[in-house]
Amino acid sequence: MAKRGVVDYIRETQVWKSIFRHGPPTNARNRAAVVAGNVFLHLHPIKLKKSGVQLGYTWCMGGLTFFIFLALTVTGVLLMFYYRPTAEYAYNDIIALKEHVPLGIMREIHRWGAHAMVITVWLHMFRVFMTGSYKPPREFNWGVGVILLVLTLLLSFTGYLLPWDQLAIWAIAVGSNMAKATPFLGHGGPGAALAQIGDFVMVSDKNDVRFQLLAGRFVGEPALLRFYILHCVFIPLVVGVLIAVHFWRVRKDGGISAPL
Amino acid sequence: MSEKKQLNRREFFSFVTVGWVAFTSAIAGFLTLAFRYTYPNVNFEPEMDFVAGRPNDYEEGVDERWKNGYGVWIVKMEGRLFALSNICTHLGCVPNWLPAELKFKCPCHGSGYYQNGINFEGPAPRPLERYKISLNAEGKIIVDKTKIFRYEKGQWDNPQSFLKV
Repeated sequence: MAKRGVVDYIRETQVWKSIFRHGPPTNARNRAAVVAGNVFLHLHPIKLKKSGVQLGYTWCMGGLTFFIFLALTVTGVLLMFYYRPTAEYAYNDIIALKEHVPLGIMREIHRWGAHAMVITVWLHMFRVFMTGSYKPPREFNWGVGVILLVLTLLLSFTGYLLPWDQLAIWAIAVGSNMAKATPFLGHGGPGAALAQIGDFVMVSDKNDVRFQLLAGRFVGEPALLRFYILHCVFIPLVVGVLIAVHFWRVRKDGGISAPL
Repeated sequence: MSEKKQLNRREFFSFVTVGWVAFTSAIAGFLTLAFRYTYPNVNFEPEMDFVAGRPNDYEEGVDERWKNGYGVWIVKMEGRLFALSNICTHLGCVPNWLPAELKFKCPCHGSGYYQNGINFEGPAPRPLERYKISLNAEGKIIVDKTKIFRYEKGQWDNPQSFLKV
């Protein structure tokens, strides 16, 4: 009769069994159940081709991008403990993060991480393009990836103006002027002049997409708050959903980039 | 025993249709409200028109007293008083007035403008805009930023764009 160890005892407790509903991964069925029953592992295909996970082949740039996204989420939440998105406090809070806070390097990690994520996204797309992994049946996922690229850049841009320094204010000035030039939606864009009935201007500086972004006609405190919400909540939520779709599609389309 | 009411296929689909119509219209209604919600009814922004004292309050040259509040330079030169916009025509930054060099200089990409607003260096594609300027019954200056005058359209000779002094 085999001696029952502590591990066996823990594995038989109700707590353990309520978390892990399968036995130890000692046979093929349980090995599959270990993966399929784990929310963090199940986005991966249950079976991977060896070529798909070789670093030389895929560069792991998508995985690195996701890792950096998680790191940015963690450091970003930590930054939220000190940062206040108002014109009076924003800049001083960023200075305080550097000088008055233990591990003020958190802000540097967040910022360098943002740069790194843009680079890894680009390299990821470069690899996908060069290996032809965008071709059918993976073309839908390429489209999702392009939207994720745009959202990555928007995350960088909305984060760039949160310190509310000179760089930030002129960046938002320029960015919101680009919104002003949106066709039909911005009052300075093509099509806005057509949307006029007599003296009634349908697209004006009081109801166009720029007003919506800035919560006003000028760059000011409401714009800072609005971009803070976009940066911390709105865009990350959309990115999170699209990342799930992206990974799910990867899994459905034959794993990581291996020839079909 | 009470008779149990059974849905037939036709009735079932009509229920599904009603359900979907209600669901989608609820979502559409919420999205409409959410969209409207992002447009505040009141903004605490400076007015688009303001009273800027009397013409004799200004000396020859560029006056910066309304720049921070309203984004306007009052310039007096060559017998004319006009209200110059402080928005760079390149990307919308705010240039600085450099009295020593007699020019407006944008800090972002180096666009330069003469005292009259004409661009002469940097990426700015056209001169600064001027705003409508007039005198009220008391002889005070009214600047109206809703009406702009552009040099490249030949509008700076419009009598509403300057005051004779």
